[in-house]
Amino acid sequence: MFAECPECAAEIPLAIDAIVHEIIVCPDCGTELEVINLDPPAVDYAPQEEEDWGE
Amino acid sequence: MGKVGILCSRIRVEEKLLITELQKRGVDFDIIDDREIIFDIQNNGWRYDVVLERCINHSRALFALLLLRDWGIPTVNTYQVAENCGNKLLTTSALVRAGIPTPRTMVAFTPESALEAIETMGYPVVLKPGVGSWGRLLSKINDREAAETVLEHKQVLGSYHHSIYYIQEYVHKPDRDIRAFVIGDETIAAIYRTSPHWITNTARGGVATKCPVTPELNELCLKAAAAIGGGVVALDIFEDEHRGLLVNEINYTMEFRNSIDTTGVNIPAKVIDYTLQVAAA
Repeated sequence: MFAECPECAAEIPLAIDAIVHEIIVCPDCGTELEVINLDPPAVDYAPQEEEDWGE
Repeated sequence: MGKVGILCSRIRVEEKLLITELQKRGVDFDIIDDREIIFDIQNNGWRYDVVLERCINHSRALFALLLLRDWGIPTVNTYQVAENCGNKLLTTSALVRAGIPTPRTMVAFTPESALEAIETMGYPVVLKPGVGSWGRLLSKINDREAAETVLEHKQVLGSYHHSIYYIQEYVHKPDRDIRAFVIGDETIAAIYRTSPHWITNTARGGVATKCPVTPELNELCLKAAAAIGGGVVALDIFEDEHRGLLVNEINYTMEFRNSIDTTGVNIPAKVIDYTLQVAAA
C-alpha cells in the first residue's frame, strides 16, 4: 500500500497493519502525517500541537 | 466480555499497542475519534462497558469523561482523576491535602503578587502553566529581571490562565527525575529520565533507564495516586538530597513507548487488564 505525501509528493509505504488515524512520518520530508484512508490509501497533514496537548 | 471504547485524538505508538492488546484478547472494541464525536447530553447513545480515554487534548478528555460519568459509563481514568491531574494547581493541592511530599509551591493572581511570591521563595524558581505537558512553557527564573520579563510576557501574550501564576521552587535534583507508572494498587514500573538540561522529559530529549521500584518509591506512588483518585497514572518524582522523594506531577493519559523495553514490563497489557477489570466491576 502506498500513499502520496501532501507535502513532498513522495510515495509512502503504509505498514500492513496500518489503521485509520495512525500517525506516521514521511520518510522523505519528515512531515508528520495522519492515515485517513486505507482503501485507497491516503494520508493528510497530522493535527498541529495545541496548548492543552499532553499526557 | 463487554464492549470497550477507546477514545483517541490520534493513533500514536501507545494507542496502537493498546489496540493490539485488545485484539489479542478478542475484545469487542471501537476506536472513538474525539474530533468526530457529538454528545447529545440528554440522550445517551453510547453503549460501552468501559471507555479507555487516550485523548491528547486535556479539555476534550476532561469534558468527555464528565459526560460519560454522568451517563453512568465507567472510564479509565475517571473525570475526577483527569481534573486533578490536568491542572498542576489542583494536583499540588490534592497531594498536599493528603500529606504527600511535594516541591514548595505558591500561587498568585497578579504579576505584582507573583513577583512578591518569587522573591519570598528565593531564586531560582520555576514558573509553570497550570495546564500543559511535555515540558512546554516551563520557565526557570534565576533573578528578578528575568522574573519581571516572564511575568510581563505572560500577562500580555498569554490567555487568561497564564495569569494564574503557579510558582514552584527549583529542586536541585541530580541530572534526572523518576517517572513511575501506577496501575490500580501496584507500581508496575519506573524509569529514570536523565538529561543535562533541567527539563528531563523524554519528549525533550531525556534518556530513559530502568529505575528499581523500591518499597519507599512504591509506597509514595500508591499514596500519591490515591490522593488524586487512582487508576492508571504516571508520576514524576524528584530526588531531593535532604527531603528524599518529592512528587512533582501526575499524568493521567500516560505515554509509555520509551518505558516498555527499558523496564521489561508490558505496560499496555497491564493497562488493558485494568480496563477490563473496570468493565467487569
